[in-house]
Amino acid sequence: MSFRIAPLFLQKDGFVSSISRFAPCEPAAAAPSSELICGEVDRVEKLIVVGNGMAGIGCVEQILKHAPKFEITVFGDETYANYNRILLSSVLAGEKQADEIVLNELSWYRRHGIALRLGVRVVSIDLTAKTVQGNDGSVTPFDKLILATGSSPFIPPMEGLERDGVFVFRTLDDTRSLIERSRPGMRAAVIGGGLLGLEAARGLQVQGCDVSVIHLMDSLMERQLDATGSAMLAAQMRRMGIDVLLGRSTTAILGNGHVEGLRFKDGSSLDAEMVVIAAGIRPNAALARDAGLTVNRGIVVDDYLETSHPDVYAVGECVEHRGVCYGLVAPLLEQGKVLAATITGNRGQAFEAALPAAKLKIMGVEVFSAGQWDETKDPALEVVRYEDPSQGLYKKLVLHDGRLTGFILVGDTQESPRYLDWLKSGRDLSAKRRHILFPPPVEDAGIDIARIAESETVCGCMGVTKGEIIRAVHEKGIGTMAQLKECTRASTGCGSCTALCRQLLKTVVPDFEEETRKVLCKCVPFAEETLREMVRSQQLRSVHEVLEIYGNGAGCEICKPALSYMLDMVWCGDHEEDRSARFINDRVHANIQKDGSFSVVPRMRGGVTSAAELRKIADAADKYNVRMVKITGSQRIDLLGVAKADLPRIWADLGMPSGQAYTKGVRMVKTCVGAEFCRFGVQDSTSAGIELERRLENLFTPHKVKMGVVGCPRNCAEATVKDIGLVGQEGSWQVVVGGAAGKKVRKADLLVTVESTEGALEAAAIFFQYYREHANYMERTYDFIERVGIDRVRKETVYAPAEQRQALLERLRKAKNLSRDAWLERDAPRTAAQFIPIQALEGAIQ
Amino acid sequence: MKTNGRWMCVGSQTGIPVREGRMADVGGHEIAVFNLGDRAVAVENRCPHRGGPLSDGIVAGDTVVCPLHAWKICFSTGSVLRPAEMACVSTYPTRVQDGYIYVSLPIEASQEAAPSPGPMPAPAADTPPASGIGCV
Repeated sequence: MSFRIAPLFLQKDGFVSSISRFAPCEPAAAAPSSELICGEVDRVEKLIVVGNGMAGIGCVEQILKHAPKFEITVFGDETYANYNRILLSSVLAGEKQADEIVLNELSWYRRHGIALRLGVRVVSIDLTAKTVQGNDGSVTPFDKLILATGSSPFIPPMEGLERDGVFVFRTLDDTRSLIERSRPGMRAAVIGGGLLGLEAARGLQVQGCDVSVIHLMDSLMERQLDATGSAMLAAQMRRMGIDVLLGRSTTAILGNGHVEGLRFKDGSSLDAEMVVIAAGIRPNAALARDAGLTVNRGIVVDDYLETSHPDVYAVGECVEHRGVCYGLVAPLLEQGKVLAATITGNRGQAFEAALPAAKLKIMGVEVFSAGQWDETKDPALEVVRYEDPSQGLYKKLVLHDGRLTGFILVGDTQESPRYLDWLKSGRDLSAKRRHILFPPPVEDAGIDIARIAESETVCGCMGVTKGEIIRAVHEKGIGTMAQLKECTRASTGCGSCTALCRQLLKTVVPDFEEETRKVLCKCVPFAEETLREMVRSQQLRSVHEVLEIYGNGAGCEICKPALSYMLDMVWCGDHEEDRSARFINDRVHANIQKDGSFSVVPRMRGGVTSAAELRKIADAADKYNVRMVKITGSQRIDLLGVAKADLPRIWADLGMPSGQAYTKGVRMVKTCVGAEFCRFGVQDSTSAGIELERRLENLFTPHKVKMGVVGCPRNCAEATVKDIGLVGQEGSWQVVVGGAAGKKVRKADLLVTVESTEGALEAAAIFFQYYREHANYMERTYDFIERVGIDRVRKETVYAPAEQRQALLERLRKAKNLSRDAWLERDAPRTAAQFIPIQALEGAIQ
Repeated sequence: MKTNGRWMCVGSQTGIPVREGRMADVGGHEIAVFNLGDRAVAVENRCPHRGGPLSDGIVAGDTVVCPLHAWKICFSTGSVLRPAEMACVSTYPTRVQDGYIYVSLPIEASQEAAPSPGPMPAPAADTPPASGIGCV
């Protein structure tokens, strides 16, 4: 058996994803060979599954649970192992990498002896000979056949479909093409205002496109939402900057070779450089039809997923059951369960008409709809409703005889598991009618979790209940989210139950550990690394822009300072500084104290001062009634208890630059006396320290940066417990990084040993800029180094190719050139009232 | 809402950068006035926790986060949203007219207003504020 992993999947942003990909014509894993069954009375039956998607493989997973004697071959015309199609929109929106949405790794197929024929499309079925023929010419016999051919995008008839720049959004390859083609400022039109169209639109917007959604009907998602819900959804999309055009029928894609626009039936037109068609799906039933199976819109099956041929079954989006074709994951997986039981001779529960339920997965636009929500269908239906258009909130529950028949949630879908449970169980809600819209408040999430009934479904996509998760923890020792996904499949669908699952594990598993991948905060739920890329590629220069486009529009005290830093760093200071996004210390360049007064620490490079400076400090302390004058641990002087309004004046009187003692930035370089005076000193640590401070001062960093330079290995200024330290020795300097003597004590790692002082200063600068560019906000050098590893840091800094080192230094130089002493704002305040309180006057209005 | 009907001007709206706050002395009351762009809001400039100056906080939507220990205060109701403490600050009616921000004091507050504009005696942190509107 040989697996060949093709070259890594390179994405537009330069990130490499390690999703495994087969060379299309490679004959894949061999099934258990024939000698295995020689002489056996029970012949192992050959099962072929046509389709390597969620429904087909979901069914195979269920078949394996029945421990069957099948020799399984899976055909897939895409070249990827089974991945989560629902999450393609998250890949497009940059929230997930392609390799994160893989559901079954290649090793899974191997482990279960499944022959995987990737990149091979089955072109015909011979029901008499019981063989399938692939487009590679192969003919493979079967005893039983499962068709899981899925669906294809529906393309409405219009002119110009052949133009360059027309896309569909169905597969990972489609997604990749969209990411490759889109670029900031490009005008994109999405035809279709359903779930997929809206998710595609948002994804393209995240890629920087200027997006319009064109919908044939008068309201978005009209099959899932009533007029009120649709209107709120449209308002929310528009608020996010996506144009929504309703009641427009597209007749032509305009352009000359390339797409240039759309023309509508009413004669109007729209400029567009790219068109995505997401106007619905159509079951892939041609293969079955050609083979002579009964096919209407989809492949017709009974309640046990049996087709018109006794050895052929069908599952998934290609199926038509009681006249209905399903396109959402939960009923398709349910079909898989029923089919698995049927095909393994354990026929049990029948597949019954599934509850329609749909969820829109766009950050900041939450929509959930399920069941019969249209009260106009039956006069016996009652409506309970809550509406707050300014908040974009809408909740509608429809009841019949005290039982829930359907609901719509817009803006807040937290309650959907509870409503789904009521919907499925048909529980009589008469007794709790007062609380069905808003449950009585609970104190904490733990109690909230406790309130969920064991029978309640936590993961709607995979149909996993709270009880099943708890059993998995107790019986199978599940302890992490990854294990939970592997074992129960919970949260592997749309992912919206992830927080609930995590909370549940936290409550049940005694030593639960959070996974490491972290997002900045819930206002902008992306990893900082991803955000840095987005800021760069989308040319975002203000905090507000980032929050409007990728976040909730508001931000908080966690993400705003982090984004402020990020923008300053990415653009080397050439950004739109928004002081409202900065902590007060960075608005007034002083450290706020417990009583609201401030502390003032002037810069004293290398801890070296003069009699004249000390006199000025003493005079200022007297003049501004400084309550305490303190020698800090950083060889500087702190003046404590200064009123905000006095700050500009005290800075002027001191005539010294800001020591940045209040910010995530360059604090100081602590030095020992060194070779100039000390009889043991072998290097001039004071001069080197002063120069190091001068080169880096006024710059911002992910967290504070404290440095030290010592003139001999006795290390009097403790350079080995500083973020960056220079340790002088006979004829050379050791440059050490990642030391700490705070909450944590850590000896710094050796970065490099160099002969010259200039070499040591340059090595320090290279590391400094590397830390600025790669660390997360509020991550000290010692945490950063432990996270990425000193070997990688060395390889990518001082041991990097010359041009990479020069590029780091060049960006540092650029940032340094645009930086300035913050205390100069004493003469040029950013706003008139930057430091001064307002005195109210008697008003003139009535 | 009972106010004394007197609107005190706290300066032009553009004097306070959008999404920032400033401390204002309004008839002897220390009030935090915020410019939210489309409107202005005013709350007591004292965090119920340790008296932190809310005017120096970071605005997060309809809330401000105290610079001292990150208590989160709602502009609309004055109540503390984080941590789960039953505490609140006073809120003051605010309006913007012709580009100027006006704040109105409650009846009791203007009557109690000290004649000299010195700093207001600070109420103990655990007692409800003596003045203002909306603190329930």
